[in-house]
Amino acid sequence: MPGRPRPRRRMFAALVACLGILSCSGGAPETAGTLERGLGAEPESLDYHKARSTQAGNVQRDLGEGLTGYTEDGDLVPRAASGWEISGDGREFTFHLRPEGRWSTGETVTAEDFVYSFRRLVDPATASFYSQSVTDIENAGEIIAGEKPVQELAVSANGEFELRIRLERPTPYFLALLTHPSMFPVHRGSIEQHGQQFARPGKLVTNGAYTLMGWELGSLIELRRNEHYWDNASTAIDRVRHHIVNEPAVELNRYRAGELHITDNVPPEAFERLREERQTELRVAPYLDVYYYGFNLTKPPFKDNPDLRRALSMAIDRQALTENVAGRGEAPAWSWVPPGVDNYGRWRFSYADLSQEERHREARRAYAEAGYDSDNPLQTEIRYNTSDTHQRIALAIQSMWRDVLGVEATLVNEEFQVLLSNMRAKEVTQVFRSSWRGDYNDANTFLQVMLSDAPSNMTGYSNKEFDSLVAQAAEQTDPEDRRRFLEEAEHLLLSDHPVIPIYFYVSKHLVSPRVRGWGDNVLDYHYSQHLSLSAE
Amino acid sequence: MLRFALLRTLSAIPTLLLVIVLAFLMVHAAPGGPFDDERVLPPENARNIAAAYHLDESLPRQFVRYLSGLVRGDLGPSYHYRDHSVSELIGAALPLSLRLGLLSIALAMVAGIGAGVLAALKNNTATDRLVTGVAMIGISVPVFVVAPLLVLVFAVQLGWLPASWSSGDAGWRLLLPVVALALPQIAYVTRLTRAGMIEALNSDFVRTARAQGLGLLSIVRFHALKAALLPVASYLGPAIAAVLTGAVVVETIFGIPGLGQLFVRGALNRDYTLVLGIVVFCAALIVLLNLLVDLLYGFLDPRIREP
Amino acid sequence: MNTAATASTFAGTFRSVGTAVKVSGGILLFVAVMALAVPLLSPHDYFSMDLEKRFLSPMLEGARLFGTDDLGRDLFVRTFSGTRVTLLVAIVASFVSLVIGVAYGAIAGYAGGKIDAVMMRLVDALYALPFMFLVILLMVAFERNFLLIFVAIGAINWLDMARIVRGQTLSLKEREFVDAARLIGVPPLAIVFRHVVPNLLGVVAVYVTLTIPQAILVESFLSFLGLGVQEPQTSLGGLVNDGVTQMERAPWLLLIPGTLLAIILLSFNFLGDGLRDALDPRRRRA
Repeated sequence: MPGRPRPRRRMFAALVACLGILSCSGGAPETAGTLERGLGAEPESLDYHKARSTQAGNVQRDLGEGLTGYTEDGDLVPRAASGWEISGDGREFTFHLRPEGRWSTGETVTAEDFVYSFRRLVDPATASFYSQSVTDIENAGEIIAGEKPVQELAVSANGEFELRIRLERPTPYFLALLTHPSMFPVHRGSIEQHGQQFARPGKLVTNGAYTLMGWELGSLIELRRNEHYWDNASTAIDRVRHHIVNEPAVELNRYRAGELHITDNVPPEAFERLREERQTELRVAPYLDVYYYGFNLTKPPFKDNPDLRRALSMAIDRQALTENVAGRGEAPAWSWVPPGVDNYGRWRFSYADLSQEERHREARRAYAEAGYDSDNPLQTEIRYNTSDTHQRIALAIQSMWRDVLGVEATLVNEEFQVLLSNMRAKEVTQVFRSSWRGDYNDANTFLQVMLSDAPSNMTGYSNKEFDSLVAQAAEQTDPEDRRRFLEEAEHLLLSDHPVIPIYFYVSKHLVSPRVRGWGDNVLDYHYSQHLSLSAE
Repeated sequence: MLRFALLRTLSAIPTLLLVIVLAFLMVHAAPGGPFDDERVLPPENARNIAAAYHLDESLPRQFVRYLSGLVRGDLGPSYHYRDHSVSELIGAALPLSLRLGLLSIALAMVAGIGAGVLAALKNNTATDRLVTGVAMIGISVPVFVVAPLLVLVFAVQLGWLPASWSSGDAGWRLLLPVVALALPQIAYVTRLTRAGMIEALNSDFVRTARAQGLGLLSIVRFHALKAALLPVASYLGPAIAAVLTGAVVVETIFGIPGLGQLFVRGALNRDYTLVLGIVVFCAALIVLLNLLVDLLYGFLDPRIREP
Repeated sequence: MNTAATASTFAGTFRSVGTAVKVSGGILLFVAVMALAVPLLSPHDYFSMDLEKRFLSPMLEGARLFGTDDLGRDLFVRTFSGTRVTLLVAIVASFVSLVIGVAYGAIAGYAGGKIDAVMMRLVDALYALPFMFLVILLMVAFERNFLLIFVAIGAINWLDMARIVRGQTLSLKEREFVDAARLIGVPPLAIVFRHVVPNLLGVVAVYVTLTIPQAILVESFLSFLGLGVQEPQTSLGGLVNDGVTQMERAPWLLLIPGTLLAIILLSFNFLGDGLRDALDPRRRRA
């Protein structure tokens, strides 16, 4: 009868099926393809030692690999190093590099490469931008200041695959620090051959999942799979194209037109609509970044006036701000350190759990105690840099302060560089808008900015006890002890109110349904090597 | 003619120098520096970086250093985009801006002259009033109002054209930006052509020709047009300047990585060398274009050439 | 003698202009009155936010004729408040460029010869500067105060005025009353400013109506780039800028200030055109 496959045919079909299954084994995805990602600004440089923007970091994390890295969910894992030992006093790290680690030229990645790279990072002649992240390494600080030669950096190679690093003090977050691109190894041969031009397509040698294939200034950075990468088998996507789009509105248009799989940002005005229309594609996650208003504590009216500062903090309706004004799913900030930080609890303001009306009452009381009332209102200036969001928030806060306390605040809109300059000088600032992004997943990155001698401390906050607590935390080897010290430090900070944390940022991206493997994490690191594209 | 050209070119040099000095002073006068950021650099790093970029030298020394590089054709390294020199950055942005600008000017000339001639020939009829009216609107509505409206209508609502630029095969992508940029210029050129044409058509010369029975079209082509185009030629300089200005807006709205965008970002980043480089480049360009326009003018109107 | 001449020029001008000009003038007057009155009379002010009432469409509620914006601020008041600022900036900036341009051009034209040549060469040179770029630099460099906006805009526009005034001066200085003044022994500067300039005013007035739109465009452009008037104070350009970001959700935020801006510019252009035609000596002949 017709329709019944004959035995030979069936065997043939089975054979083909087997081959099909075999070729799919090894966990390969449906298609390799090209990933189109949006990049919010042109990287200043692809030389790990010369860049510091998040956009540069996004591209660099695809190109290079450090001793440690993160998974898509934000867990710290070994990468270029397969493992490590830490000495008893917490100051000596011995890293075992993977013998199968390779540069894109096929050469082996050795401990010497890391030694060279760290030395280059701290060498004053390199004029690097991020070397302060390694001041924890013994002698690094003096080398950067030009007081000691580079060779004295406490990073040494013991054989081809063993790297020894000695720190000034037990720095428990050191492993997290190593995930930062400034810690990635650079290829000595190409630097010696090409000089400052080494970070160009065709010249840049990388040890990560991708190599640099093309760089069209102002529009596109194209990456191609690094065949020699030790973990190349796990890399699904062949090519990654980072499209440089400066305006979020333009980026959104291109996403909607299907030209981008992932956006770097989402414009605030489109947010509500996108939340309705593209709920599954809109990825919002807590981010290690705090939006705050700082006080200038070196001058009146905020000098020595914690009651006033507290009053102003309480008078702000953070809920209304995050829902109506910022409007992208940000979380109101009741502490300085954002949630989701490793090994950390949640200190909050004492008034965090009150209702807004109760807070208003408390605020008025504190305001009066500070010596102000409706006949003698506070007159102050709120400075912020040019941006729609900052403006709207400033307007809202101005309005809130006026309605609740009768404060007369004027808004001063300055261009970013001007504001920065004023903030550092601490002459004209009173209340200023700023933000702080964490460099690594540890509370220290947020607390250290409030130290008396921290260069980025724009408030002039200087509390010996706070400094001491933070310093002591850095000396602890036991995580529990450390956590206690850090939490106490934050508690002190919060009651002093040198700043008003307003909200915690969220990372926001539009991610196409075709993209698989995207994980939300607080550092907003999304390595292309973890992603894949499904066929459609 | 040659002497004329030579003199004009030489007088350009002091202009350029003035431009460079002014721009240099203004950029350095601005508070903030190229390496400032919320993450304030520790003093040692700041010192190293300042030394590497010669920012620790006195202002006059920096200026001399810059000038000597300029003479050799070296616009210096970009302070912000540290892997690239200013020449490379300008070189990457220029072709696009050039395309955008030239297409806009071409469109403005063709459409404007055409409309202007039409209006002049049909002087005082409904067509003329329509054209003049539309032209008036064209010069009154600013580029940054027109451009988003065009995007709203043609890209978002109708979906006919792409809303923004992206790298790769350009083609249709430049249509909306070019139109947005050209519209006010079309309007100006229309008015100028129309006025010049009307005057030419009423001149004794033309009236005599018509009395002698010569066809209108040949009159237009051979006599009136040349005279009518004189004011248009003199407008070419300002037109180019206006396009340069409007390009900044258009580039922002459509996400085009051109010179205007590059400049604004350079100014905001305090990228001294980039900003200076673009200013010098554009000034040189304008001077060159003015020279060409002068030559064109001289060609069209022989009276100018006599000293 | 001079005032009488000027007055009769104006009267004659007024009679010979067309309806378009009169309509434009009327519109501008209306807009100016609204710009003064609305912020004073409206129950809302231009900076109060009402987060409950965001994005209201025009005519939806009571006195909110133009609706509200993304912070619940009344657009009607803001539009006319912004118009006030725009007109103020434009008028003052034009005045600045007028003063500089007239003085410069009149002196150059009257002096003639080498001085004139040098002064005009400088004007030619300055024309070559990519002004918009330098203005941006200026705004970025000097912390954007209100005064500086006027200076920046005035600095762009005086060149045209100077050229025109010089041209007019060249023809005026051959007239008899100038000769007479010279014979009496009036010093040159006094001749320039007391005799020549008043006779220029007709032409100057016309060109001012054309420089004002230019100034408005520059101010709007600067606001668009984020370099203009500071919040919560706003100008038409600033409103358009805000409107662009909300274009898809609330098109009236762009269309209303944009249309008003276009109308103002259109009116000034018509006015200037009409006045120029009226003053055109060739027209008078016919």
